[in-house]
Amino acid sequence: MIRSITRKKSEEEIDRLLSGLGRIFLIGCGTCVTLTRTGGAPEVAQMKEQLTEKGKLVTGSTVLPVACDNLTGETLREFGPQMDLADALLVMTCAFGVQTVARQMKTMVVPALDTLFIGKETGPGRFDEVCTQCGTCIIGETGGICPVTTCHKGLVNGPCGGTDNGKCEIDPEKDCAWTLIYNRLKELDRLDSMRVLQKPRNHQGEPRPGKIAFG
Amino acid sequence: MVSRFKDALESGKFVVTSEVAPPKGTNLEKMKHHVELLKDKVDAMNVTDHQSSVMRFPSLGGALLVKEMGGEPILQMTCRDRNRMALQADLLFASSRGINNVLCLTGDSVILGDHKGAKSVFDLDSSQLLAAVRQLEKGKDLGGSDLDGGVSFCAGAIVTPEANPLEPQLIKFEKKIEAGAEFIQTQAVYDLDRFQKFMEYARQFPVKILAGVILLTSAPMARFMNKNVAGVTVPKELIDEMAAAPKGRGIDTGIKIAGRMIRRIRDEKMCDGVHIMAIGREELVPAIMEAGGILS
Repeated sequence: MIRSITRKKSEEEIDRLLSGLGRIFLIGCGTCVTLTRTGGAPEVAQMKEQLTEKGKLVTGSTVLPVACDNLTGETLREFGPQMDLADALLVMTCAFGVQTVARQMKTMVVPALDTLFIGKETGPGRFDEVCTQCGTCIIGETGGICPVTTCHKGLVNGPCGGTDNGKCEIDPEKDCAWTLIYNRLKELDRLDSMRVLQKPRNHQGEPRPGKIAFG
Repeated sequence: MVSRFKDALESGKFVVTSEVAPPKGTNLEKMKHHVELLKDKVDAMNVTDHQSSVMRFPSLGGALLVKEMGGEPILQMTCRDRNRMALQADLLFASSRGINNVLCLTGDSVILGDHKGAKSVFDLDSSQLLAAVRQLEKGKDLGGSDLDGGVSFCAGAIVTPEANPLEPQLIKFEKKIEAGAEFIQTQAVYDLDRFQKFMEYARQFPVKILAGVILLTSAPMARFMNKNVAGVTVPKELIDEMAAAPKGRGIDTGIKIAGRMIRRIRDEKMCDGVHIMAIGREELVPAIMEAGGILS
C-alpha cells in the first residue's frame, strides 16, 4: 500500500498562516494522515484545543473518509453553515486533500501539514520513499531498486564517494541505494548491468505539470 | 592543447599535485600567496569547487587566477550546482582561456554545507561529465549540436580505494575510465599495504593514478576523519604517533608521516604520483614535499 506521508507544520508557521483569521473550520482525513497520526480524529481534536487556547473560534470540524476523493465537495456541503462562518479552512491532510478541498470550496484553505513523499509501508509505522514518479523508469537495470529516488543524488552510474558502510553521507539511518542495488544484482548474478555506463537521464519524461487524459 | 600536467603525466616522472581553495569572498590574497608558493614546485594545482558544499569564489575563477599567475590549474567541477548546459558552458569557457585540465566529481550533498536548503542538481554524474568532456572534444554538445570551435582536456576523476563495500566503487572507477578519465586522484590513503593491493588491481587500466595524501594535523583531527570522512581510515599506529607528538608539535609529526608515505609510494613505484591535500594549510605543502624527498 502506498501512502501520502506528511508532517505537521511548526506551531509558529501555523500561527503565521492563520494570522488575522479568527474563525477556523478544521478538516482531517481518515486515510493516510490517520495512519501517520498527523490528521486523524485525535490530531484534529488536539488542533482544536491548540487553536482555542490561542483565542481562535473553531466553527466546526470533520474527518473526511478520503479527502483526495472528488466526493469531498459533497461531504463538506453538509457542514455548509459552519464553514460559511469560518475565515479559513485549516486542512490537516496531505496536499492532495488540501487541493481537492480548495478546488471545491470558496473559503480560503490553509494546510496544517507538509507533504513529504509518497511512501511505501515497510513495517508498522515505517515508510520509505521508493518512487518519485520521474517518468523514465530504469529499475529494469538496477535490480528493481530505484536509484533516482533511493540515492540522495539520484545517481544512475553507481555510488558517490560519500557512501560509507552501506549508508548515505547525509544520514547514517538512510541506506546507500547503490549498496542495496549492488547486493541485489550480485545475488541475481547480474552485476554486468551495473557496469553499463548509463547516459544522462531524460528529466523531461513527462514535463511538469503532469497531465494526461486516457481515452 | 597545451597541458603541462598532461605532459608531466606522460613523461613517466613522479607527478605531484596539490590543491588551492578559492576564498569565501573576493579577497584573493591568501589564495594568491599559495599559488605563488606552489606554482613552480608542483606539476598542477587543483582548484576546489565549493568544497564540502560551502559557497565560495568559483573554481573556474580560481583556475583562471592560477593560469594568469603562471601556474597549471586542474579545474575541479562537481555536478551538484550546474545542469548539463551550465557544465558544458563552463567547459567551453575554461578551454577558451587555456584551462585544459578538469577533475570531474559528483559533489557533496548541499545538506553537508552552508546552504542546506539549496536545490541540488546532479543532472549528470561524474562519469557522465567525463563523457560530456569527450563528446565536446568531438565537436558536438550533449544535445547533438555542432560546436563552432572545439575543446581539448586532460580529464580525470577520483576513487576511494578504501571504500566499504569496495566493489561498487571499483565498478564506478572502471566506468569513469571507460567514460574518458586519463588520470585518477585518490581519496586519502594511509594504509599503504592496502593501497598496494588496490594498485595491483588498478594497474591493468590505462589511467595514471595519483595517491591522495592528506596532512594529519593532530590526533583528534585523525580520529575526526575516521569518524566523519567516508572511505578514509587512519590506522591506530598513526593516530598513536600523532598523539605522542610534543604539545603543539602535531603538525611536525603530520608532515613527517606524509613525507614518509610519499617516499614509500615513490620508492616502491606504487603509482604515478601523489596528490597532496593540506586542507587550508597549503603553505605547508613545500615542507611535506621536502620531507618526501620530492622538492626539486
